[in-house]
Amino acid sequence: MKKFMNSADDFLKESLQGFGAAHQDIVNCHYDPNFITRATPTKEGKVALISGGGSGHEPMHGGLVGYGMLDAACPGFVFSSPTPDQMLAAAEKVDSGAGVLFIVKNYSGDVMNFQMAAEMMQGPNESVLTNDDVAVEDSSFTTGRRGVAATVVVEKIVGSLAEHGGSLQECKALGDKVNKNSGSMGVAFSSCTVPAAGKPNFDIGDDEMEFGVGIHGEPGRRRDKMKSAQEITNELLEAINEDLKSEANEEILLFVNGMGGTPLTELYLIYDNAKNMLDKKNIKISRSLVGNYCTSLEMQGASITLTKLDEELLKHWDSSVHTAAMRWGV
Amino acid sequence: MSVNFLIHRAKEIQAVIDANAGEIEKLDQEIGDGDHIFNVQRGIKLVIELEAVIKDMPMSKALNQIAMKVLSGIGGSSGALFGTLFMTMAKGNDIDNGVDFKKAIEIFADGVEAVKQRGKADVGEKTMMDVLIPVSNCLKKGVEDNKDVKEILKEAIEVAEKGMFSTKDLLATKGRASFLGERAKGHIDPGARSSQLMIKTVCESVLNS
Repeated sequence: MKKFMNSADDFLKESLQGFGAAHQDIVNCHYDPNFITRATPTKEGKVALISGGGSGHEPMHGGLVGYGMLDAACPGFVFSSPTPDQMLAAAEKVDSGAGVLFIVKNYSGDVMNFQMAAEMMQGPNESVLTNDDVAVEDSSFTTGRRGVAATVVVEKIVGSLAEHGGSLQECKALGDKVNKNSGSMGVAFSSCTVPAAGKPNFDIGDDEMEFGVGIHGEPGRRRDKMKSAQEITNELLEAINEDLKSEANEEILLFVNGMGGTPLTELYLIYDNAKNMLDKKNIKISRSLVGNYCTSLEMQGASITLTKLDEELLKHWDSSVHTAAMRWGV
Repeated sequence: MSVNFLIHRAKEIQAVIDANAGEIEKLDQEIGDGDHIFNVQRGIKLVIELEAVIKDMPMSKALNQIAMKVLSGIGGSSGALFGTLFMTMAKGNDIDNGVDFKKAIEIFADGVEAVKQRGKADVGEKTMMDVLIPVSNCLKKGVEDNKDVKEILKEAIEVAEKGMFSTKDLLATKGRASFLGERAKGHIDPGARSSQLMIKTVCESVLNS
């Protein structure tokens, strides 16, 4: 394992300290329990948005704290869900009386810990559960689909509504709507190493790729031999569209997300290839996002997310945002 | 069962888990994300470190301290599930006036039931519940049937092992292994293995005392 680290025990703390110091104009980092809030307090009467999850997916979620998005983020250990004491401390800090909306990715650990926090919390709260990963079956007999990159889209759009006075119920409803109108799928060329584990999460051959990989390196649909970028992109889009059923003339957000170890050069190449395919189907790309937003440590790989956009979603996507990782209109 | 008993069992469990850490980690890398062993080791260490704080506390308070420590210190599913187990045990009726074998089984069984609710997992889903539920049932039945304590504990050790091995051929329907579908078959669930080792350690320790 080669990593910039001094000790596995201090890995998260030092990274958080650096993040907090580098972006002190936007965020405040709090320790024991760990949580990140905006540098300026949540204004009175605004619904507070809190997300969280295991670390290792940066900039999600800490990098998405700030004007127009989250009020607080609770980072767990690497690939391990945060704990209720973090959510409760964050909620106490940012709840301004209009309630708290938790945005939770659908993983057993995250769901259970956020659920316990919600049970222990005094004030009004709701949760949006993201499960945009089309790689795995959604059925009542399984844990269900995983929450992946569309969580970023949910946080942007709901963040805007909350900023503009949306109620707790309205914010929850919009979050559910964005999630329902989004589909994602990823592919990995290499594994990733959790600092405390010291060795790769899974083995993968030089000529292989994990198709439908999860953001912790969980297996996806199948192990395939490497293919061309256009073929991979086509297959990802087909799988997403099978689920999302985008039709000709529909407007979508095309979000090409890097897993951490794939250069932007390649992400833009994927964007080009995805555009080829969507153009053929007459699906209109109205908005775009390309970059590393929902990563898996140093994993080489990428995911594509499509979100169907209507007027409401477009408006909230375009509204200004000022976070460490996303910044426009300000 | 005293607070001292809990601390001593935790120390024994630590030794057994450490001795089997490599195997548990490998199981988790096969069908999970590889962090289970670190979570378990961190949790046990945190409980042992509580010794000075809890040793003179009444049982309910000590169990609650353990629950909050495990909940906040482990994270992930393990923290929530083990936190729920101890939090429920702490609510046991009248436990500050002494916990005999029957009472210990009663609060353990209540705890296991709460864990089942929290994780929404039952027997047959390739999780630690394949060990905990049968063990809980076996202990309860043993007490109901007025069996000898030693006999009950020996039976519990066997039931735990059988439950652990049963996860090998199951499809996972809960947790991260569920994403694997058929690929999870042929692998023992790491959580079932770690909880089986814990049950075995505690039962053997009581048997040998």
